[in-house]
Amino acid sequence: MTIPTSSVEQVIPGQGAMAQPDPTPAKAKRQRFRFVSNAKALTGIIVLGIYILFAIIGPWVAPYDPDARSRDLTQGPSSSHWLGTTHLGQDVLSQILDGTRTVMVVGLAAGAMATILSVLIGVTAGYLGGSWDDSLSALSNVFLVIPALPLVIIITAAAPSGGATLVALIIGFTSWAWNARVLRAQTLSLRRRDYIEASRATGEKTWRIVLFEILPNLTAIIASGFVGTVIFAVTSEITLAFIGIGSDTGWNWGTILFWAQSQQALAQGAWWWFVPAGLAIAFLGTALSLINFGIDEFVSPRLRSAGKTKVKTASGRTVRMRVGFTPVLSNSSAPHTHAKPIPTIATAAATPVNRSKEATE
Amino acid sequence: MKYLLQRILFYVFTAWAAITINFFIPRMIPGDPVKSLLARFQGQMSSQAIDSLYVLFGLDKDASIWSQYIDYWKQLFHGDLGLSFTAFPAQVSDVISDALPWTLALVGITTIISFFLGTGLGVLAGWRRGSWVDGLLPATTFLSSVPYFWLGLLAIFLLAGPDSFFPSSGGYSPGLVPAFDQYFIPDAIQHSLLPALTILISSVSGWILSMRNMMVTVAAEDYITVAHAKGLSDRRVALSYAARNALLPNVSGFALSLGFIVGGTLLVEIVFSYPGLGFLLFRAVTAKDYPLMQGIFLVITISVLVANLIADIAYLLLDPRTRKEG
Repeated sequence: MTIPTSSVEQVIPGQGAMAQPDPTPAKAKRQRFRFVSNAKALTGIIVLGIYILFAIIGPWVAPYDPDARSRDLTQGPSSSHWLGTTHLGQDVLSQILDGTRTVMVVGLAAGAMATILSVLIGVTAGYLGGSWDDSLSALSNVFLVIPALPLVIIITAAAPSGGATLVALIIGFTSWAWNARVLRAQTLSLRRRDYIEASRATGEKTWRIVLFEILPNLTAIIASGFVGTVIFAVTSEITLAFIGIGSDTGWNWGTILFWAQSQQALAQGAWWWFVPAGLAIAFLGTALSLINFGIDEFVSPRLRSAGKTKVKTASGRTVRMRVGFTPVLSNSSAPHTHAKPIPTIATAAATPVNRSKEATE
Repeated sequence: MKYLLQRILFYVFTAWAAITINFFIPRMIPGDPVKSLLARFQGQMSSQAIDSLYVLFGLDKDASIWSQYIDYWKQLFHGDLGLSFTAFPAQVSDVISDALPWTLALVGITTIISFFLGTGLGVLAGWRRGSWVDGLLPATTFLSSVPYFWLGLLAIFLLAGPDSFFPSSGGYSPGLVPAFDQYFIPDAIQHSLLPALTILISSVSGWILSMRNMMVTVAAEDYITVAHAKGLSDRRVALSYAARNALLPNVSGFALSLGFIVGGTLLVEIVFSYPGLGFLLFRAVTAKDYPLMQGIFLVITISVLVANLIADIAYLLLDPRTRKEG
């Protein structure tokens, strides 16, 4: 995460240099990892880290060869097979561990590809405007309205069954439209700002303005778009495997579900066959969504959960806090405020400037 | 109605784009899979059916791509989507029109219920930020991360069974004949309850979240403060001031995300063997029935476009600003 430095460096009122006019002013504490301190984002990142770890070591730590058959047919969880076995005696845990790599690689690759496409199309449309904007917006709207999953299904079914790369390419190619739209809107609002006008007036080249002035300010949106696309890519990939098309090499959580469904795992009550794979998908999706909430709340603090908002007043009534609404808590005649007189500032010292207004506009 | 006209033009353009994509996909596959299917069914097909498949899949290599394209359009206007191989020798258009009402009923009704329920809960969650509804958000996130079809599998495993109220598969009991009578309709509803519930649970959370975030944003606007200052009741401010304005982006979001939702719900049909388009697509994919696959894609896309147009009209009615001329 690159954050526009101005918003990170700015002194938080009441806690930085402004409140303590010490003779030796302590250096304002920078909160470099403020994004990570968001509980939702942190949880998401930790869970995602575990998945990435298993994507790397999964095939090595798997207790069995995922394809190896054994005599334990459709057995429930036991000490030798932690998550039970399939109809051929294959170890379900090994299949899930082995599949983690394919799922993660395809998801991340498709996400990266869609993100690059969306930045190219969205930022170009937003910055260049005119007929570029019209045609590129129309293109992304078309891709947005056409149902993505059926499109992915018919392309994958028609294509010769290739490896996971092909699946990643197809998913990446069909899922960029939403981010392109969001990026276009944001670029449109950025390009009218003074600092962009200024760099245009000083004769900066267009590619330089886009690369060094606009893109850094889109980082949060690009990141959240990437995470969103990875969620979509993982689900699509597993869906393709579940209906039995796409990559036919290696295991993937969808392949496990495909066999569970086609071998009547439900009718046999073999819950261990399909429950773990589904939970693996769900936890991965939740982790990615949490990261996205973290990014959203980082960009727009208003969206944070407000915590405890119900407050008991002195007279015993409950008052609910709300944005733009200050409840009166006591019935005393004293002014309802904690404001203190502003300390006089020594003119010799540097004038503290609160840049928050400039940073947010 | 300039706005409406623009939207209709856009949807016509999108329909054209989807049909063109559909035209090019089979032409880019190396090693004509349809040709091998034709060889397998040799002698059982009329020459007219073979001709139409030639046009649909570009098997006639002598014709230029342009004349192939013209022929393709001509055939579409006649409603001829070729022969289905899974339901041989039925026409693709007939097979699809049998399945379409099931999907329209199941997916259409559930999506609308989900939208209204989610929006309602979202209003509550956004207006009473920090109350118990906020506590629901992580749970709904988890539910929306679960693939639709897996939730369906779980629902069948837990709720359906030989002696349960919920049937585990199919759209109606085997002994019945589809008709609008007192035997068939309750039976069909009973069969659709579990798939509908699955779709509802996994799709509602998206609406809750987007509506909550819009409500939170709108709640900070000046006109809300003014409404409070006027002494209007909290309920009135929430519903007629905040929710009414927060609803607009949600309606346009509804139109845009329809494509995603429809994709997910098709999978629920697969899990429940529900006789709709999703299950049909699954059967077509397993049997490599390309004419049927392409036909289903076209029908789904056109339906989504029509639904989008309806959502746009709803937007037009809700937002007076779009009604202004010029």
